[in-house]
Amino acid sequence: MRNKFLELVEETSMKSTLPKFEIGDTVDVHVRILEGDKERIQIFNGVVIARSGSGTREMFTVRRIVQGEGVERKFPIHSPRIADVVVKRSGKVRRAKLYYLRERSGKAVRLKERYPATKSVAEQKAAKAERRAAKRSKAAAAKAETAN
Amino acid sequence: MRVGLLGRKVGMTQIYEPDGTAVPITVLECGPCTVLQIRTAERDGYHALQLGFDDKKRKSASKAERGHCKKVDAEPKRFVRELRQDAPAADIKEGQTLTVDVFNGIKGVDVTGTSKGRGFTGAMKRHGFKGLRATHGVKRMHRHPGSSGPSADPSRTRKGIRKPGHHGAARITVRNLKVERVDAANNLLLVRGAVPGADGGYLMISQTNVVG
Repeated sequence: MRNKFLELVEETSMKSTLPKFEIGDTVDVHVRILEGDKERIQIFNGVVIARSGSGTREMFTVRRIVQGEGVERKFPIHSPRIADVVVKRSGKVRRAKLYYLRERSGKAVRLKERYPATKSVAEQKAAKAERRAAKRSKAAAAKAETAN
Repeated sequence: MRVGLLGRKVGMTQIYEPDGTAVPITVLECGPCTVLQIRTAERDGYHALQLGFDDKKRKSASKAERGHCKKVDAEPKRFVRELRQDAPAADIKEGQTLTVDVFNGIKGVDVTGTSKGRGFTGAMKRHGFKGLRATHGVKRMHRHPGSSGPSADPSRTRKGIRKPGHHGAARITVRNLKVERVDAANNLLLVRGAVPGADGGYLMISQTNVVG
């Protein structure tokens, strides 16, 4: 943001560790609800279709279909009432705002699943080299067999 | 002593209370202010503290300003205002520096500043008139103020009729804004709600005189 004083003030109201999720992820949003003096957690499940704003005003929008009717809820990321955001499934998307989902219904709403990389780049390279070596030795073995 | 300081509007943002309520706040850079002079009933006929905020270059100050500030060993100030007191402030000396700490324990403040200038403005924006109709034969008069009074009987427009004219850039006081936080390390005062003027504008902030 442009002003250091505003940043200083906003920092005091921002969470130091934000829950990690991306646009297109299907998430469970854990919302703290006060009933009288008792607190309980309500879960809102849906697809993250947008993230907007900056600083303490940053919000994210979650969309789900309830009894055939589309329902969207907008949550402030830094609000103390948002206890947690748990990613249930990651969607493969090419846009930052998935407003096109609003015009779709039924099967068209589904997003292709994305499998986030769990292994490091080095591990992936090692695995690839291993697969290649196995293939090569297999081919060599087959060649030797045909020669015999 | 009636507590007050000079400052500058930094901007608006929001913070959260522990229960999750979002609070709209204005951040004010408040002080440090130098007491340039103390007005006393004996000499000046009233009690007040003359405060100065924000140093300016000596070369851009007039000789009179330089001499006035030199008396209390201070740099010339860009923004100088008087804060009226009901009684002599015994614990304040000329040349003393007041910081935002003075607002500790104070619940509400009045903020005075110059509102944003709007230039020459029509009656709809300036006074909230409704204008004329969009259709039904209205011809190029949609934002007009309408009639300005009866015809032949007074044969003149009565005084005080609201008309288009210059709007904004006036001295405005917002009273009893709740103090949300005092940040002494950064000279910041956080008040709930909006204050007059643009970001960066000078303000006078004083303890509220609203009762209760």
